[in-house]
Amino acid sequence: MSLKSKSISSKSSLNEDERLKKISPLRVLLNRPELGALGGSILVFIFFGIVAGDTGMFSAYGMLNFLDVSANLGIIAIAAAMLMIGGEFDLSIGSMIGFAGICIAIPAIYWGWPLWMSIVFAFAMAVLVGYFNGIMVVKTGLPSFIVTLAMLFILRGLTLAITRLITGRTQVPGLRVLIEDDPLAWLFATDTFKWLFTWLGSLKLIELRTDGTPLATGIPPSVIWFIALTLFATWILMKTRYGNWIFASGGDKVGATNVGVPVGRVKISLFIGTAVASTIFACIQVLDAGSADTMRGTLKELEAIAAAVVGGCLLTGGYGSAIGAAFGAIIFGTVSMGIFYTDVDTDWFKVFLGAMMLIAVVFNNYIRKKVTESK
Amino acid sequence: MSEYLVQFNNISKFFGKVIALKDVTMRLKKGEIMCLLGDNGAGKSTLIKTLAGVHKPDEGEIIFEDNKIVFDSPKDALDIGIGTVYQDLALVPLMSVTRNFFMGREPQKGIPFLKTFDVEKANKIAADRMGQIGIDVRDPSQAVGTMSGGERQCLAISRAIYFGAKVLVLDEPTSALGVHQASMVLKYIVKAASEGLAVILITHNVHHAYPVGNSFTVLNRGKSMGTFQKKDISREKLLSMMAGGEELDKLEVELQEMDRIHNKN
Repeated sequence: MSLKSKSISSKSSLNEDERLKKISPLRVLLNRPELGALGGSILVFIFFGIVAGDTGMFSAYGMLNFLDVSANLGIIAIAAAMLMIGGEFDLSIGSMIGFAGICIAIPAIYWGWPLWMSIVFAFAMAVLVGYFNGIMVVKTGLPSFIVTLAMLFILRGLTLAITRLITGRTQVPGLRVLIEDDPLAWLFATDTFKWLFTWLGSLKLIELRTDGTPLATGIPPSVIWFIALTLFATWILMKTRYGNWIFASGGDKVGATNVGVPVGRVKISLFIGTAVASTIFACIQVLDAGSADTMRGTLKELEAIAAAVVGGCLLTGGYGSAIGAAFGAIIFGTVSMGIFYTDVDTDWFKVFLGAMMLIAVVFNNYIRKKVTESK
Repeated sequence: MSEYLVQFNNISKFFGKVIALKDVTMRLKKGEIMCLLGDNGAGKSTLIKTLAGVHKPDEGEIIFEDNKIVFDSPKDALDIGIGTVYQDLALVPLMSVTRNFFMGREPQKGIPFLKTFDVEKANKIAADRMGQIGIDVRDPSQAVGTMSGGERQCLAISRAIYFGAKVLVLDEPTSALGVHQASMVLKYIVKAASEGLAVILITHNVHHAYPVGNSFTVLNRGKSMGTFQKKDISREKLLSMMAGGEELDKLEVELQEMDRIHNKN
């Protein structure tokens, strides 16, 4: 296409090369991994715009609802996508969410720790779990699928056993009263831009309750985290040396090692990333619900991987994007909430999820062939 | 100072009871292309890995610019300027030309802790370097997977030179290539040598080696059968040495015999 061997030429100017065919912006976009998810999101919005346009789904309140669901999934999907680009899987994401939840709740409720200390403790445990996953995969050379599947059972079992041992139950409620005045909890429990919603409410531009306050009170913390993590992950992947190492580690482990990329360290850090993202997810949900549940996060690892795949990540590693995973999460979040506004039975959501993923994998495979085959 | 840039003197390598290499000696001057010829199992791979610092030789010494050197890791070999291009090239097809060129050694800019990969600079250098060898990379953000085998080989060699190789060790650079692609790579190797690099070209293809080599070392069953200057040896002689000479002669006799019997019937 635009690579061609020629007899030795002294001139190699990048800017004014008359042989450089003008590539249309559409073609540039077609070569990006997030294209599928972006197109899918647009289609989903058009579909619900037509089917559920007048039902309140696209009111401020309705939109924040499905954005909240998308954002929660997005937080773990982005971390899962980065790990997949680095060539590995993490099936323990869901169990880590449950585990992180009780790491916050039990010390805070039963041991009298301040809430911020429990949160720090949960993140410390996440780093430990991620490090263990990573070091096991790197040192043993076993597939991450197996190692993290084991971790899925271990963490879920630990969560159940410890909770029942200490509390005699499987749920730990009573966290809500601790949030106020906590120096750390606000990061995961504060709605932002409240003034904007109050102002819009006063102009009667958004729905109001009967007492005159707006129905939607602010942007939930999940959405802020989601946007921040998407930007951060994209910056890392595209703009830093470490980002290049992630692509290299996933693309060709041996080759990357031979040219000096610290593949082991890169992979371990990515495993820590998924565990930490699971803990962010847990913090937001636990503080929002005011309680920790031992079954929280069940099957979330598969949803996260599905969103990453729909977002253009190859299962074999070395290719994908954080923005793609973000759009993948938006598709799933929007459909899972939007389906309530239509006449369709919600049971069909899983069918949609599976079909979407299948289409995405076929599409990604085609793209990879296009990218790697010589012309 | 001796006339040699790098000397590998009496290198031996044993794996348990197996003698992989025995008393192999190679000496290279600047600008010299030495072809290391050998059949499968002759010990080429072991020798490459010893040159690249992956294996430590059990006997013998490596002398680089008159200093005796001991490699503890591949990085040590890289640091003094022995650049090895393995057969798998260490290129990631899904990544761009630039990202491959600088893989593991990305140029950075910006303030500490917020340093970014200087993509513009990297693009410019990569396109420039590839341009110098006649490969016109018009879009350095193009995936390496779209390049031909010869272009990939040149990219890997060019990368090794850019990152300071004074001695290039090339492992079968032409083995998977067609005639046109192979000649492109060989042309580049000659060019690199003419700019003062010493090149060790490992191959089992005498037809690719003979036109570009200045000297030839033949390995057979872990032993060096000697180093020959081009003027002292013919292509046919090299070929016969590589295959173990006698074996080929025997085969020829056997074939003639079969032919004779066949004609009789």
